[in-house]
Amino acid sequence: MNQQTLHHSTPPITVTSSSDFKDVRYQDAVCLNESKLKHPIWYNLKYTLLGIVFGIVLIKSEAISWFRIQEMFYLKSFHMYGLIGSAVLTGLISLQVLKLLRAKTIYGERIKTSPKTFNKGQIIGGLLFGLGWAMTGACPGPIYAQIGTGATVSAVVLFFAIFGTWTYGRLRDKLPH
Amino acid sequence: MYLMDWLNGSLPWYVAGPLIGLMVPLLLLVGNKSLGISSSLRHICASTVPAKIPFFQYDWKKELWNLFFIAGILLSGVVAGLLFPPAKIEVHPDMQAVWSQYGITNYTGLIPQELFSWDNLFTLKGFMLMAVGGFLVGFGTRYAGGCTSGHAIMGLSALQVPSLIATICFMIGGFIGTWFLVPLLLA
Repeated sequence: MNQQTLHHSTPPITVTSSSDFKDVRYQDAVCLNESKLKHPIWYNLKYTLLGIVFGIVLIKSEAISWFRIQEMFYLKSFHMYGLIGSAVLTGLISLQVLKLLRAKTIYGERIKTSPKTFNKGQIIGGLLFGLGWAMTGACPGPIYAQIGTGATVSAVVLFFAIFGTWTYGRLRDKLPH
Repeated sequence: MYLMDWLNGSLPWYVAGPLIGLMVPLLLLVGNKSLGISSSLRHICASTVPAKIPFFQYDWKKELWNLFFIAGILLSGVVAGLLFPPAKIEVHPDMQAVWSQYGITNYTGLIPQELFSWDNLFTLKGFMLMAVGGFLVGFGTRYAGGCTSGHAIMGLSALQVPSLIATICFMIGGFIGTWFLVPLLLA
């Protein structure tokens, strides 16, 4: 399965096998850009724009507030549960609509999401991340936003989060999966 | 008037939640990207200190979009800081009792300044919260293969069972951390 045609009606867009990047695909939540289209680097700025919108919504809804995270885990407020629930519901409906419409990207490629496979990491890693989330009040996204708002000390949290990721990569073969 | 109210107030969950959810189709439509933020930490490792570790041997340049995306999130903090007055969180009265035990009385900003500050970094509890907490976030998300965005929002939207398991574990870890670990550290 080296070459795979994505969609018959679009100009023959093909993807090479993922073997080169198997590692990324096989464990990460993020999917690879399977596109073979070559774009100039500034095309990525549209993601920056989306990031700004996303971040402002996160900040204005207090979804990335240490206080709101505490309230959520103390079950004192419905805010975070409503927020996550309605976000998932919207995402779910949107994905179904995209699937029904056999939607394509703005560049004409078929939209795809890659399935995730279960491994023990989702349990062990999930629990460890949960602890860190409660301690810092931040999942990875908010750390960046916190730094932006001028909480420079969050750069320390970011540094250690990067170090944590690096340590995981280093010890990966020895960890149960 | 409405605009000023909006600028000063906070977004209710039923407005913000759907907007967050819309990120899922938007990222797919503009470039077939699956929402996920913690992967950026891996790309940063791969691009700076791969150290011949197989997990970091991949063409991170193909994942540049993710780094552009998080740059946007960082910029959103700057924009919000310029546009909006610092938000003072309206908290549940019960929480005040909990937080006053931690010495937190100022509810302005995203994080309590009494705990997260440069001065506190060099105290045991500050180091535990920021450094060890940050380490757990980076280690745990990668071990789990995603974070609240990749698993809870994107994964659940795509009806992925592994993401449901991960999300449940995030919550269990969060409850243990909030009810036992944080009080222990701040006692």
